Amino acid sequence: MSPVLEVRNLGKSFGGVRAVDDVSFSVEAGKLLALIGPNGAGKTTCFNMLNGQLPSDRGEVIFDGRKITGLKPREVWRLGVGRTFQITATFASMSVRENVQMALISHAGETWTLFGRAKDRHVAEADALLKQVGMLDQAERACGVLAYGDLKRVELAVAIANKPKLLLMDEPTAGMAPRERIALMALTAEIARERGIAVLFTEHDMDVVFAHSDAILVLDRGKLIAKGRAEEVRNDPAVRAVYLGSGATSGGH
Amino acid sequence: MIDLIFAQTLNGLASASSLFLVACGLSIIFGVTRIVNFAHGSFYMLGAYLAFTLVSRFGPADALGFWGGVLLAAVIVAALGALVEIVILRRIYQAPELFQLLATFGLVLMVQDIALGIWGPEDKLGPRAPGFKSFVVLMGSRFPSYELFLIVVGPIMLGLLWFLFQKTRWGTLVRAATQDREMVGALGVNQRLLFTSVFAFGAGLAALGGALQLPREAVNLHMDLSMISEAFVVVVVGGLGSVTGAYLAAVLIGIIHAFGILIFPKITLVLVFLVMAVVLVIKPYGLMGKRPVGSAHAHGPVEPLLLPASHNVKLIGLAALAVLLLAPFVVADHWLLTLTELSIFALFAASLHFMMGPGGMASFGHAAYFGLGAYGAALAVKWLGMPMVPALAFAPFLAGIAGVIFGWFCVRLSGVYLAMLTLAFAQIAWATAFQWVDVTGGDNGILGVWPAAWAAPKLVYYYLALAVCVVAILALRIIVFAPFGYALRAGRDSPLRSEAIGLPVMRIQWIAFIIAAVAAGIAGALFAFFKGSVFPTYMAIPRSVDGLLMVLLGGVQTVSGPIVGAFAFMGLQEQLMKATMYWRFVMGASIVLLVILFPRGLVGTALAFAERRREAEPAAPVTATPEPAR
Repeated sequence: MSPVLEVRNLGKSFGGVRAVDDVSFSVEAGKLLALIGPNGAGKTTCFNMLNGQLPSDRGEVIFDGRKITGLKPREVWRLGVGRTFQITATFASMSVRENVQMALISHAGETWTLFGRAKDRHVAEADALLKQVGMLDQAERACGVLAYGDLKRVELAVAIANKPKLLLMDEPTAGMAPRERIALMALTAEIARERGIAVLFTEHDMDVVFAHSDAILVLDRGKLIAKGRAEEVRNDPAVRAVYLGSGATSGGH
Repeated sequence: MIDLIFAQTLNGLASASSLFLVACGLSIIFGVTRIVNFAHGSFYMLGAYLAFTLVSRFGPADALGFWGGVLLAAVIVAALGALVEIVILRRIYQAPELFQLLATFGLVLMVQDIALGIWGPEDKLGPRAPGFKSFVVLMGSRFPSYELFLIVVGPIMLGLLWFLFQKTRWGTLVRAATQDREMVGALGVNQRLLFTSVFAFGAGLAALGGALQLPREAVNLHMDLSMISEAFVVVVVGGLGSVTGAYLAAVLIGIIHAFGILIFPKITLVLVFLVMAVVLVIKPYGLMGKRPVGSAHAHGPVEPLLLPASHNVKLIGLAALAVLLLAPFVVADHWLLTLTELSIFALFAASLHFMMGPGGMASFGHAAYFGLGAYGAALAVKWLGMPMVPALAFAPFLAGIAGVIFGWFCVRLSGVYLAMLTLAFAQIAWATAFQWVDVTGGDNGILGVWPAAWAAPKLVYYYLALAVCVVAILALRIIVFAPFGYALRAGRDSPLRSEAIGLPVMRIQWIAFIIAAVAAGIAGALFAFFKGSVFPTYMAIPRSVDGLLMVLLGGVQTVSGPIVGAFAFMGLQEQLMKATMYWRFVMGASIVLLVILFPRGLVGTALAFAERRREAEPAAPVTATPEPAR
């Protein structure tokens, strides 16, 4: 089976700093791939290049057999890439259901419709998505007043509303309580397997990473230093040096 | 030729100094308090008037009397600024940016009438400055020595300010607060004292700018608004919060003024705003400005849900409509005129609300589209010989075309910068109508724009205007609740998320801008036939501010707000104008009070009240959820 996402020799420099340097990897359908590394390793930069938020300097990103380097975020989304953000981005003045409805309206190409209530569109589909993430009972509440963990679930529902083949999650569990973290990633893993979505996520919490990833990529100072299954990565001397410290690097968790 | 260029350059530099002082104060105040101070022009005017009185009292011939008077005027206005900050602004720092703007505009109105009451309507001619009464001959032309003095004042003040901001503790705090207020507060700095002192300092600078103009030009009651629009231009071109930028921009604008009169006498008024538009398109945050940290929604309450009208609200709406339909049979004849005007302004306010509320794009120049609609109708009648109905249909297109062009530039910016650019475009439209005499009749306007014979009776025209406005307002309302309106709000709430779910935010905002322009154009066209004439004042700043007041009074977050706001504003204004000569003062004071008491607007407050009552009744199970950690 060909991979959903293939990244080849991706690179980005800020001034003289090579934030991402010659990174290549691929993600397969239904698999969770974790991208880890100490602070400043280039995880978020790498991520933002994947969906077009940041232009890359070198290399290419192939999604579903198609080159998507240089496309805008909304074009990448149209091809079937969902995304969640490190700090949740939802529509505060809309209810939980309306947030999902908005994504469904956009997916159905109804954005430019000037009449007919938006509230009445795709209700069943929105509720099904909310049920899946366990937010159906709060569907009427405004997103602006939700607890942070709930907001993350709404964002997940929004991100999978266009039936993506690939889901990009930047620090999906940042700012959450430890118990909620495992629950959210378990939910994500379940959805990914059920729908055959490939998931690429960055994460600081190693419990989450080792419990819920099929494979792990380790980034350090812009370079990919290891990739493989949890056990292999855990025992990799280069990774241990980065995380446990050989004196060369600081930071990390 | 060379000497002419030289003389005009000196002229430009001389006028730049006062402009710099005013703009610099405005810039510092915005940087620290994030308040767009419309009343800054009023401080400038007060400085000039106070200096006039003090200098006359102390003796204008005496050097100490003159300079003492000028400095004392600045100090008094600074104290006034501190008072304003403590009494009014301190209470509304948490309110949305636009409400603060509204309050400062209330101050503008109050100061106008205070000045009228104290100094009267006549222009006041100030004395010459002692020691600077003569001419200096430079490159063959005579040049007033006071102008040379002013040219020197600019760089000296720039140097002093630089020293103040770089080398003193207070200046360092101001710079720190400009970059990150919260952090300065977290470090234990007394924010109250800092904000008050900054506001007083800025007000004092503006007053000094006004006082120094005393020997140069007559003091009059229009100084405030003419200065504030130029100061806005300077601040925005220079970059909000940058003192050096303000100086560069003031010099640029001063020189453009001086040479514009020589080279393009026909479009001098347009020129300044055109330069601003060009600068903002190339450098969106001004010459020396930086991209603001954090989003435009960094403070202010969380936007409430936008709910479609409940059963009760629908009933109230229908009842109001019934009252409007039946009113002609009950009230006196002259009320028909008032009601026609009210309907037209309700549509104007609704169109502005459409882009400000759901669109999140505050416009300081919405009158442009109203005025272009009016001119569209008048030009169609005068130059194309169209009868009323086709002219009414044609007019909104002119407004719409302006919306297409201006909107394309405006949606590239956001927040205060977007608002300033809309102001610039409105001034361009106004100046075009004012100066293109051959086509628009200039200041004399276009007369004889009368409705068709069947619509000429007051009653018929009232029903016509009411019908058109109701249909247009309902159409706007439907769009707000339709997918497009949701997409527009989505772009306002979170551009990042919008783009990540495939919404082209800029294009959506652009279309919304055009829709709002067309709707305002419809209102303008109706207004043209209602008045029978059009004038450049239809698109002047006060009309734009009227629109802002209506929307903000009613409440930005609600759809019915602008209509209520339009009625409240127009009703209040009309009654006050009848009741007292000093209606501006009462109006301004009411606005300030309203902002302090109802920071969410009239309808917004009513809705919040209803919400509280609803939540108080059943103990909803969800209320136990903790508040978001953001």
